[in-house]
Amino acid sequence: MNKILAVANVVIKELYRRKDFYVLFILTVLITGLAGSLRFFDDERIARFLKEVCLSLIWLSALVVAVTTTARQIPAERESRTIFPLLAKPISRTQVLLGKFAGCWLASGIALLVLYVFFAIVSASKEHAFPAVNYVQALWMHWQMLGIVIAMTLLGSIVLTTPAANVTIMFVVTTGILFVGPYLNKVAAKMTEPSGSILSALYFAIPHLEFFDFRNRIVHGWPPVDWKYVGAATAYGWAYLAIFLLAACVAFRRKALN
Amino acid sequence: MGAILRTEKLRVEYRSRELRAETKLALKELNLTVNAGEVFGFLGPNGAGKTTTMNVLLGYVNPTAGDAFLFDVSVKNPIARQRIGYLPELTYYYKFLTAEELLRFYARIFDLPRSETEKRIDQLLKLVELEHARKRPIRTYSKGMQQRAGIAQALINNPDLLLLDEPTSGLDPLGRMKVREIIQRLKDEGKTVFFSSHELGEVETVCDRVAILHNGELKMEGRVSDLLAQYQTSLEQIFLKIVGYSAQAPA
Repeated sequence: MNKILAVANVVIKELYRRKDFYVLFILTVLITGLAGSLRFFDDERIARFLKEVCLSLIWLSALVVAVTTTARQIPAERESRTIFPLLAKPISRTQVLLGKFAGCWLASGIALLVLYVFFAIVSASKEHAFPAVNYVQALWMHWQMLGIVIAMTLLGSIVLTTPAANVTIMFVVTTGILFVGPYLNKVAAKMTEPSGSILSALYFAIPHLEFFDFRNRIVHGWPPVDWKYVGAATAYGWAYLAIFLLAACVAFRRKALN
Repeated sequence: MGAILRTEKLRVEYRSRELRAETKLALKELNLTVNAGEVFGFLGPNGAGKTTTMNVLLGYVNPTAGDAFLFDVSVKNPIARQRIGYLPELTYYYKFLTAEELLRFYARIFDLPRSETEKRIDQLLKLVELEHARKRPIRTYSKGMQQRAGIAQALINNPDLLLLDEPTSGLDPLGRMKVREIIQRLKDEGKTVFFSSHELGEVETVCDRVAILHNGELKMEGRVSDLLAQYQTSLEQIFLKIVGYSAQAPA
């Protein structure tokens, strides 16, 4: 575990020493702050719309940070050849990969926490309400969703040839799952065989990332969901995360380093 | 003296993914033994199989057949590398880390206790004369400084066996001298050093034994003093003879 955490620590150090992360972070904070400072005669619908825009921005920023950071981890290690002195130490490839995953997931979690806290402060200052449980649930579920995306991207970084291809494919896959995934079974029902069955199988095979989207609960001020649902969704997320990580470990162990 | 490093009928084949491409045989049944306290020179022309052997010893490449052992543990097991230090030919380190952060990171991989880690970092940065730059990112270092950081990382765990891959390649005379001093110091401390090099004069000076590899086969293995006495010439001439080089007469 110490070795995995040591690798994760280096990933986090690299992230906070890179300038592109700060540019994205400051941009998100600026837009959220600007939106929060606007007054539209206290129109509730516009306030809701602005909250929705800000939360979407947080989702997009977190996704960009998670995918771009993860996609370059293993290729950068191979390209700069830093993987060689590292693997010459008593550490296995699986531990390196798990360390990379832990680092990216923790870094994304920290970035998410900062963004949600900022959003909650701006929102509370305008609405004089602080639905703490909603925020905790939304943050937790969002983080679990990023865990699946990070594990998927890590697998892509080993299987695909370039980080750019990986980033593009992961953005397409993630947004596809989020926006099209929930409706695949309905489309499948209207299709002829065997296309319908194939689409149905795809519907049940993909990780349904929309389960982790709690934005509407914050935007519309809905009551928090039962913690049992949060627990079940977390277990569902961890199952997919484990599958992707296992596949990544197997692929990485077989991968020639040169 | 016990064997610290051992290869048994080590065979490595590289298969190409391209159709009809031939399989390249990089190592043919290599049997090698390095004993405790020896400085062992691993020689061969480019493409002889030296790097492949190093890659197997470091766990980067799995052998097609046979096995290699470090301290009697198969190199397939990462724990075999607990007591070794490795210095690559070129500097491959995290440029965004400082020298002390790099050493602290590698010390954690070796599970060194924190107090021991800090003591060793101070000692090693003093040894490689990087104390003044310990808090600067490695990307700001000169090539020589990066190579010295590399020496420090190779020694962080106080290794019993040091694997050096062309350690003086690309270094200025001062850098070469520093590496030679370190090898000598490790030899005096009873450590085992295994290094590949093209600098045959250097090998002749510091090595107890050498092995010469050519086309993936072990052509010769023996004590440097015995080889020099047997052939009555320099190690360079012996090497050239073994690899089948014959000088062309000038036109």
